[in-house]
Amino acid sequence: MTDLSFTDPRVLRAIELIWREAALLDAKDYRTWEAMYADDAKYVIPIDPDTDDFDASLNMVNDDKRMRGLRVQRMMQGYSQSAVAAARTVRIVSRFTVDEASDASVTIRSAQILNAFKRQTFTTIGAEMVHVVRFGETTADDQIALKVVRLVDSEDAVSASGYLL
Amino acid sequence: MTTMDSTAPGAFGDLSEADRIAGRVYTDPEIFDEEMKRIFYKTWVWVAHESEIPEAGSFKTTHVGAEPVIVTRDRKDNFNTLVNRCRHRGATVCDQRSGKANGFTCPYHNWSYALDGRLRGVPYPDGYEGVLDKKDFPLHTLRTESYLGMIFATFNQDIEPLEDFLGDAKIWMERFLKQSNGFPTKVIGIHKFRFRGNWKIQLENTTDGYHFPMVHKSWMASVDAETADMMSFMDDPKSVTHALGNGHSVAIMAHSHVDLDIDDGTEEIQPRFAHLVEELEAAGESPERIRRYMRSMHGCGFNLNMFPNAAMSSSFFRILVPISVDQTEVWHMAIGMDGGPESVNRERLRIHEHFQGPFGFGSPDDAEGWDRVQLGAAGQPDMPIMVNRGLGREHLSDEGWPTSHVTDETGMRESYKMWKKMMSDD
Repeated sequence: MTDLSFTDPRVLRAIELIWREAALLDAKDYRTWEAMYADDAKYVIPIDPDTDDFDASLNMVNDDKRMRGLRVQRMMQGYSQSAVAAARTVRIVSRFTVDEASDASVTIRSAQILNAFKRQTFTTIGAEMVHVVRFGETTADDQIALKVVRLVDSEDAVSASGYLL
Repeated sequence: MTTMDSTAPGAFGDLSEADRIAGRVYTDPEIFDEEMKRIFYKTWVWVAHESEIPEAGSFKTTHVGAEPVIVTRDRKDNFNTLVNRCRHRGATVCDQRSGKANGFTCPYHNWSYALDGRLRGVPYPDGYEGVLDKKDFPLHTLRTESYLGMIFATFNQDIEPLEDFLGDAKIWMERFLKQSNGFPTKVIGIHKFRFRGNWKIQLENTTDGYHFPMVHKSWMASVDAETADMMSFMDDPKSVTHALGNGHSVAIMAHSHVDLDIDDGTEEIQPRFAHLVEELEAAGESPERIRRYMRSMHGCGFNLNMFPNAAMSSSFFRILVPISVDQTEVWHMAIGMDGGPESVNRERLRIHEHFQGPFGFGSPDDAEGWDRVQLGAAGQPDMPIMVNRGLGREHLSDEGWPTSHVTDETGMRESYKMWKKMMSDD
């Protein structure tokens, strides 16, 4: 872990993308969200808090490009009653620390607190996240190459969800 | 009869009739408390699969009804189910989900217990001279028996043996486990989630073929045509549900997979598994074995519901943990082969992830429906919940099992028949 430097424009650029992603997810703009991901990107919500070998274990989400596409289609097409009736969410992403920074990419850790509201009930979800942000020619070309969301309660009962983390 | 308003003490059984139950059985906390006493503390309740506690000293913690328990494998290879409560002042003696231990020590005053629950030691024993005999203070032990790797426990020391209770479910348990292709079955991952509804809503769902194409349309839209075809049971007369007795039932969706030992050779291997076939060929597996692995990939083609809390559901175990009258925890336990090709186990994990769990393409839509049942059942609580679908075409199978189409409510009627028996005073 390196010290987070707000003077490093590469780090700020990655943070800006992560915040943009959070806003898209709260807005449930999943088509735009899907386009933020590189073709070879993985999007994972593991159960095992310690593993990095996601394919060898059971996860809540373990998506490559194809599965992300199917997931977004499901969220948008209107057949899924949990997606249609999904909670409204508002999420805060902060506490950034940088693992690696180069001109090509930044690996950055963060904490996410999400509040979801549905049928008079609030649910709070806490997670540790890792993003690998891969830089393009311009900020509009920046992409997510990896996102891992480790829920603090991943090994216990997590309520079924009609939205994405 | 349009309402079911029996409120006489001890008349809970009257809330269930052959084709209907009172909506109150989902919403009344008093009924939930009574269910704990009369069902969960009186019958065999599933607590573990043997693969979860594979060695001497292995343990897992869970609940039987509302009571916290530890399930252990001791040095003699026996399974024990122990109430997780120190005999001294009541603290839990184990706080981990699972692991390995030589025994359990209470964190409060360090009373220590063996894997079979015996009290081994108390600190500063001089204070107990003449007032404590250790043999009189073991952890409270439930009767524990296992069948085909499935471990059940009961507080009821007088109950029939587990195998008698399982009865005709045993045939289906054997068939279910054929998907391990001759290898021992092992649990390879667990999705746990909660929904805001009564446990019986999910109990019903396991043999409810009727909801599938409606609730799971988004999942069906996301899988390949061959997998979707496996779910074309809605108008297939060979797809039936059998009531097996003692509250157990089985719903058959893909009858060609009911007995994986039987293969007439007509089934095409799904193209989606081509990469896996190549990998297994390169590893030297025979064409016959590879075909067997591929045919078993989606499981056994049926859901076996074992009253009150366990199911062998096509390709995974489904466990119910009632939390309160309007909250239930569900475990979807992925299973694989212990010793078979790991690549096949991995593919099974991906299939499991696709449908199950809190972010799967199926479970959240199920949970949405269950939540809505709980909310709606608060309206006119004495108005019955109907489980009469298929009554007009129900018949006895050659085995003597009440049988109807897989979209019918035969399985639910069997569950509620047992519920009524256990909730009645006679």
